[in-house]
Amino acid sequence: MKVNRFWSWLAIAVGVIYFALPLLGTIEFSLRMRRGEYSLDAYRAVLADPRFHETFGYSVIMAICTIVFGVLLVVPTAYWVRLKMPRLRPLLEFITLLPLVIPPIVIVFGYIRMYNTSSLLPLTGSAMGTNLLLMFGYATLSLPYMYRAVDTGLRAIDVRSLTEAAQSLGAGWVLILARVILPNVLIAVLSGAFLTFAIVIGEFVLAALLNRPAFGPYLQLIGANRAYEPAALAVISFAITWACMGLIQLVTQFSKHTKAPR
Amino acid sequence: MGFLDIEHLEKFYGTNQVVKDFNLSIEKGEFISFLGPSGCGKTTTLRMVAGFETPTSGRIRINGKDVVDQRPNQRNIGMVFQSYALFPNLTVAQNVAFGLRVARAPKAKIRGRVAEMLAIVGLSEFGARFPFQLSGGQQQRVALARALAVQPQVLLLDEPLSALDAKIRVSLRSEIRDIQKTLGITTIYVTHDQEEALSMSDRIVVMHQGVADQVGTPFEIYNTPKTRFVASFVGTLNQIVATIQDPSTGTLQIGADSVTLGRPLAAKTGTEVGLAIRPEALSLRPQSDGALSLPGRIVAVDFLGSVVRVKVDTGSGVMSLDMFNRPTAPPPVPGEQVALSVAAEDVIVLSDGTAVGQSR
Repeated sequence: MKVNRFWSWLAIAVGVIYFALPLLGTIEFSLRMRRGEYSLDAYRAVLADPRFHETFGYSVIMAICTIVFGVLLVVPTAYWVRLKMPRLRPLLEFITLLPLVIPPIVIVFGYIRMYNTSSLLPLTGSAMGTNLLLMFGYATLSLPYMYRAVDTGLRAIDVRSLTEAAQSLGAGWVLILARVILPNVLIAVLSGAFLTFAIVIGEFVLAALLNRPAFGPYLQLIGANRAYEPAALAVISFAITWACMGLIQLVTQFSKHTKAPR
Repeated sequence: MGFLDIEHLEKFYGTNQVVKDFNLSIEKGEFISFLGPSGCGKTTTLRMVAGFETPTSGRIRINGKDVVDQRPNQRNIGMVFQSYALFPNLTVAQNVAFGLRVARAPKAKIRGRVAEMLAIVGLSEFGARFPFQLSGGQQQRVALARALAVQPQVLLLDEPLSALDAKIRVSLRSEIRDIQKTLGITTIYVTHDQEEALSMSDRIVVMHQGVADQVGTPFEIYNTPKTRFVASFVGTLNQIVATIQDPSTGTLQIGADSVTLGRPLAAKTGTEVGLAIRPEALSLRPQSDGALSLPGRIVAVDFLGSVVRVKVDTGSGVMSLDMFNRPTAPPPVPGEQVALSVAAEDVIVLSDGTAVGQSR
């Protein structure tokens, strides 16, 4: 028993050193902008930079658009496959895993090649078209997380019976999805949404190569030219990601109808 | 033509035929049970009526209108599921109101109808609760109220009591029957529980391997089963083998004994037939003239409260006998030699095929 406990503590200690030490180091470094004392100067400088506001705002809007698009794409697909084509589930799982295997650089080069100004669909020819392309790219990158979150949510409810009950009460497909399925997988959808948010906020490759003013390229730019601000930005990004995780927990806690299901 | 007509209904899954030439005519307000073991096609037939499965061939007419090509949400059919299928994100009242909201009924009408339905199922106080805050029996009552709120043409119940414990099952089945009678709604009830089917139904359809073996009132199904399957599936049955000695008088040889039923039989002399006798038709006391008598030895006595079940070895098989408990007469003891007697008209003669029943 004692031996077991020793190894457990050792594993925790190694984990803390591996994960927490670099973070603590970054935080400590971000506070050392003023010579000889700790201060929040680096954070002030970052938050006062208009480019921070522009790029962060752009990325937040892109994240929201990606989440809406992802939900509209993934929820009906996962629902339909679970209800009508369960045999296709392994194939769908494989497809949704592909973004983890194919590097974003390959995706973005594919996009540029397919949708350049001399193609049939010249999306890169306008800012709005490129934004659309970027959103599709973000949705692809977040697909593994969004699909798994939604599929787990669907697994927790009796999709077939709920659908048939709603149908027998006169509901059509859109109504069933909007009023029965979506509200019952909302927690799962929100989990997927927050993960998508975290991915979009920190993404660099797609935004840089499509030349859009996103937060990721701004992080890189600051990192290349300043000393303390990049550390502060890293801490801010980290805090945003953790806030997303916290929100997932919070939403789960506040869900009225999922407590203590029998 | 009835209110709900099912004609030549068939369903194939690949090469597997699960419903074979199913025909049934149901009158308005009738309570019909589909009774049979798992995999007999009863739920598939029900789901075809609901529109969740498409028949391979055949017609389903409700109130004279063919509904086979209609989607489930166009058929105006109420459905109650074994798993309740209440919407977990909605309260009890919102669940009951769901169908009315879909139909865009006025708010005042929805409120009134929800209150009325909850009162009918005895859950007026539970409108604000979520499904997870209710017991299984209460959830199924809400499901019933929700199905009835939209005033469907037909109510379908797919093993609605299977997930509940025995006591709730018994009380809820009489509640369901009372509500059905009050509202006069045409109902199809799927079950594998013969007691449920016998106690609730106007008529029972006994299904076996995709075929409706027999359609009849509970009295007919129990007392004059038409096939071996119906005889064995509905109620407990003693089966013994006999050889026909004289078909004109119904004389049969059972083991070394010879008995006469006093009615002509369809099979020839020397043919082996199965005889079926209900446990409650057997008696340990000598009956009136013409009764059959089978000697045997008591091998087991089960005291079940109001009923005492006695098992007697007759030499050609062990037969079960049910007798009412009487406080003044203690039950018989195992090892006792007795004579089982049964009135000739209570002996059901089964043949190998779609056997002959006999009337009482």
